[in-house]
Amino acid sequence: MQPITVHVGRAAALRRSNVDTDQIVPAVYLKRVTRTGFADGCFAAWRSDPDFVLNRPEHQGVSILVAGPDFGTGSSREHAVWALQDYGFAVVVSSRFADIFRGNAGKAGLLAAQVEQAFVDVLWDLLDEHPDYEVEVDLAQRTVSVPQAGVVADFDIDDYTRWRLMEGLDDIGLTMRHTDAIDRFEQQRPAFLPSTTPRLAEDSAAQ
Amino acid sequence: MGATLAQKVWDDHVVRRAAGEPDLLYIDLHLLHEVTSPQAFEGLRMSGRALRRPDLTIATEDHNVPTTDLDQPIADPVSRTQVETLRVNCEEFGVRLHSMGDVEQGIVHVIGPQLGLTQPGMTVVCGDSHTSTHGAFGALAFGIGTSEVEHVMATQTLPLKPFKTMAVTVNGLLRPGVTSKDVILAVISTIGTGGGQGYVLEYRGEAIEAMSMEARMTICNMSIEAGARAGMIAPDQTTFDYLRGRPHAPTGQQWDEAVAYWRTLATDADAVFDREVVLDADNIAPFVTWGTNPGQGLPLSGSVPDPAQFDDASERTAAQRALEYMGLTPGTPLREIAVDTVFLGSCTNGRIEDLRSAAEVIRGRSVADGVRLLVVPGSARVRLKAEAEGLHEVFLQAGAEWRGAGCSMCLGMNPDQLSPGERSASTSNRNFEGRQGRGGRTHLVSPLVAAATAVTGHLASADDLDPIPSDALLGA
Repeated sequence: MQPITVHVGRAAALRRSNVDTDQIVPAVYLKRVTRTGFADGCFAAWRSDPDFVLNRPEHQGVSILVAGPDFGTGSSREHAVWALQDYGFAVVVSSRFADIFRGNAGKAGLLAAQVEQAFVDVLWDLLDEHPDYEVEVDLAQRTVSVPQAGVVADFDIDDYTRWRLMEGLDDIGLTMRHTDAIDRFEQQRPAFLPSTTPRLAEDSAAQ
Repeated sequence: MGATLAQKVWDDHVVRRAAGEPDLLYIDLHLLHEVTSPQAFEGLRMSGRALRRPDLTIATEDHNVPTTDLDQPIADPVSRTQVETLRVNCEEFGVRLHSMGDVEQGIVHVIGPQLGLTQPGMTVVCGDSHTSTHGAFGALAFGIGTSEVEHVMATQTLPLKPFKTMAVTVNGLLRPGVTSKDVILAVISTIGTGGGQGYVLEYRGEAIEAMSMEARMTICNMSIEAGARAGMIAPDQTTFDYLRGRPHAPTGQQWDEAVAYWRTLATDADAVFDREVVLDADNIAPFVTWGTNPGQGLPLSGSVPDPAQFDDASERTAAQRALEYMGLTPGTPLREIAVDTVFLGSCTNGRIEDLRSAAEVIRGRSVADGVRLLVVPGSARVRLKAEAEGLHEVFLQAGAEWRGAGCSMCLGMNPDQLSPGERSASTSNRNFEGRQGRGGRTHLVSPLVAAATAVTGHLASADDLDPIPSDALLGA
């Protein structure tokens, strides 16, 4: 994963709340077995509307999406994060993220920056009026700003995710440092807990 | 101060706790399906890592599988590749897989409980948000993304920040014709689609205690639709009776040890929840959604709301957009909304009790002209059981389609989809735009409302139906 410290780019205002993962990438696009190639699926239904914000000529090449509350609700599909990344987004700014989406974003290296809805409103108006303005997202300072307009706000992200994103660290590698603790835990698990495998052997023996 | 059910299960699974870091939690059961696993297997392969505990892992084919022509290869080549990839991966990494045609195949959240693999006090994860279903057993069960799937494969653990806890208490008993589906739709419309965010919900109260395990699963299943990561219900005698004798339930002395442990899991009397919500069962009526998120619902006796009545600006805009998408006019009684398709199935309402209750309404009646009723059992076992009880004949005689097991029209990854503009009453969990097929319009309902709607052709409850002529009953 590439470390992120500061991202600067143009942004689009997605004036919607409850942007669910079926909108971000519809289920029919989830059939790929690779981690890439989801750009076509990104907001596929909405992009068929020529007036959709991402279809406007002034928003070509945007890398920051600014959306309303409850972004990423619905299914656990990490494909939603991959689709946004494949489309070209590095950052999503929203006033509230669904838990699973936020977690997936952190794992896959998409920055999910949570700000107050009042600041989302400010950004929406600003971006619609000045689509050429650049937005700066500073993970070290935890700020979202539009330097040309002189606006800035702090964003929320948990310390651990921030640290991992800034270092570009692989979660699995971090956990594997604690294999001893996992081994110890496994030795004291109760014997009554189920296993998926032995019964299979018994089943086939019974047949 | 005592602990809640969720806190107890959490604390019993902490592998490692360190200041400033998430807890590392052990995972007792990892469920896999074809859609969210291929990239995780590929990640293991590329980093040369093993799958740590194949004996705590099980896979099934559900999201993509067709529900007709089960003996044929999957017609859609992309779906076929995904399912075949799962087969190759399970073979390579030694994971037990229930493929199409296998008697244990079915929706991942139906087969776990059915096999007795889901038990109280366990941690259960799956790359699917409806993993919350398993919380009905008093397990801490939640959906994860593909990176986390790979993490569990490699380490059998997950680093997690603690959840907050919310008590959702339903006092009193439900009225006849009101189901657990109506309860959860009412809960979601009360707290909103983001109301449960960051919380584990614990459902409690007399109405919940009186419910069967299957009804409890329906409630926990849709916790995610309120934004909650998980929903839980304290294990009790109903739980133990459901589990006893299932293929993977403990036996003999281990059963006694397990039950003794399970009995310790209930929330302590002096435990404090971060938030509490109370509903009166007597006030809950058959509930249906009118919009494009599961929080946009009302009792069936209501009318399509006027967006102008919403105080909150973002809710007002969302309602306007939803009505436009749904093709609905404010003030229209919900009972007058005509549907083209009724879908009975999914991990929310595709279990045997759901099919039985719908069949009771359908028995001796016919599906309305121009309406298609699709009945999709949640698992191959549910299908066999329904057939042994003759339920399939009830549905077929009424003019319904009786299908094989899978996720089907809940998300339309297989050929079971709505056409643009087509309207459904669906026992599934999400009414998002295009969820059941591009341009499709979904109303979420209970199995009872689904059955009555199929008969009348518009949203209806069983009470709305004309009495069955006695000769029809004799004929059935």
